Amino acid sequence: MRILNASGCLDALAAPEVARQLDAFVTKTVTPLPREGNAPPRIAETAHGMLNAIGLANPGRERFVADHLPRLRELGIPLWVSVGGFCAEDYAVTCSLLAGIEAIELNLSCPNVDEAADSAAEIVAACRRASELPLYAKLSAAHPDIAEVAQAVAAAGADGLSLINTLRAVAFDRQLRPALARGSGGLSGPALKPVALHAVRACHTETVLPIVGMGGIQTGRDALEFAACGARDIALGTVLFADPGAPSRVRVELASACEDAGVAKPEDAASLAKTPETGRKVPA
Amino acid sequence: MQSLASPTRHRVAGSERIGPYTLLRLERGGLEPGVAGQFFMLEAPGRPLPRPFSLCLAPPGELAFLIDPIGPGTEAICELEVGDEIRVLGPLGHGYRLDVERPLLVGGGIGIAPLPYLAEQLGGSPPVVLGFRSEEHAEAAALFPSAEVVIDPVLVTDVLPEGYDVLACGPEPMLHAVADLCPDAQLAWEAPMACGYGACYGCVVEIDGALKRLCLEGPVLDAQRVNGRYRVPAVSEEAVSA
Repeated sequence: MRILNASGCLDALAAPEVARQLDAFVTKTVTPLPREGNAPPRIAETAHGMLNAIGLANPGRERFVADHLPRLRELGIPLWVSVGGFCAEDYAVTCSLLAGIEAIELNLSCPNVDEAADSAAEIVAACRRASELPLYAKLSAAHPDIAEVAQAVAAAGADGLSLINTLRAVAFDRQLRPALARGSGGLSGPALKPVALHAVRACHTETVLPIVGMGGIQTGRDALEFAACGARDIALGTVLFADPGAPSRVRVELASACEDAGVAKPEDAASLAKTPETGRKVPA
Repeated sequence: MQSLASPTRHRVAGSERIGPYTLLRLERGGLEPGVAGQFFMLEAPGRPLPRPFSLCLAPPGELAFLIDPIGPGTEAICELEVGDEIRVLGPLGHGYRLDVERPLLVGGGIGIAPLPYLAEQLGGSPPVVLGFRSEEHAEAAALFPSAEVVIDPVLVTDVLPEGYDVLACGPEPMLHAVADLCPDAQLAWEAPMACGYGACYGCVVEIDGALKRLCLEGPVLDAQRVNGRYRVPAVSEEAVSA
């Protein structure tokens, strides 16, 4: 089980010692044109997570490829580039410019931009024609049937799934004003974990695609639960903010979580998760 | 700067009230105090995210932070008792440049937090001007052996002497007013931060005409680098006295 970062939750150039703890670094989403991002305030804490409305701040694909990508390569870790846009053509052109990386993650689900994207399958198909690199489709659990979307992107040529993105949410300050300048934002952190686990399990049941599971993972035990739902790899997001040593810590904890669960490796947890506990009649 | 690994655990050595604020003293362990104006991320017990605080004092073997309990995280930190432990990461960011000839320290409210350690690092008892919104808040002036103190409606900018190298920290309107009077001042800003090391992109302010991360560029900035296209009304929740 590889440990990645969730896109947008780490700047490898600002914190290379954190990136080097990962099995692969996923960039912030790259869009066709540079984006300054949303006005502050952009983040707000909630009871069991946080909201962000960063707004896909990024240098744009030309400067990313010319300037950022070479510097990222110098870090010597496998790179995944997250690609975003507002129509299939946006995504496909960016994909065609990328080389010398391990994979592309297609951000099909950012809640912090206004423009509606084309259908996920159409975007994946366009990117498939534009690039031979592995394509991971990052989906939102806001869709009523995420497994249906997963099947559609699989049929369109996706090589894997990244599950899940943040969920659109709102929070207020003590004066009942929206805590974010944009009004709403993406919810991340521990509050998301049960939703993410369900999405991973649903997509794992309906497709054969490898899954990077993410959403509220704080510990090795959390990572093992994603493995139990069928995730092959996991990504860390919000936990990185409180703990820049989280990748190394989670890797160590995952080994002992496997031991505690009586499995030799994380993948073996999937068989345990197939049999629901039926004996207990009262809450534990 | 501390290498970015997991934050380390530090025992509370003392916690005392100073007016409405709490001066929290932590055992230093292996942490360096850094340069005045740099900040540390302190775990807020029971909350998902840590909070940024600039160092207030560096007693032998300890690190001390001045905290204004304005939200659930800062309140939880103020409720810590001697012997409790919290995780700490730092020092982070860029502090004040200490190579100034005639320093004058200017603080407003909880913005006085980094100034005691700054005075110690500068040496020679630099003059200090402090502004507070009430008599109770002004009790925090006890952190300084001698300071000129004004209370609202008198503002620090009403009493600033000329001819000094100003090093300031305080609420945004105060910093903008100081910048207008003293274009060469060094100003310590605050913004909501989730990480403190450039990962979350949450703490952007307008620096050199573009939105940039305060945790990496600052929190101490030369006055002319900040202008006001985006003015955050006030740090609403937990603040972040970095």
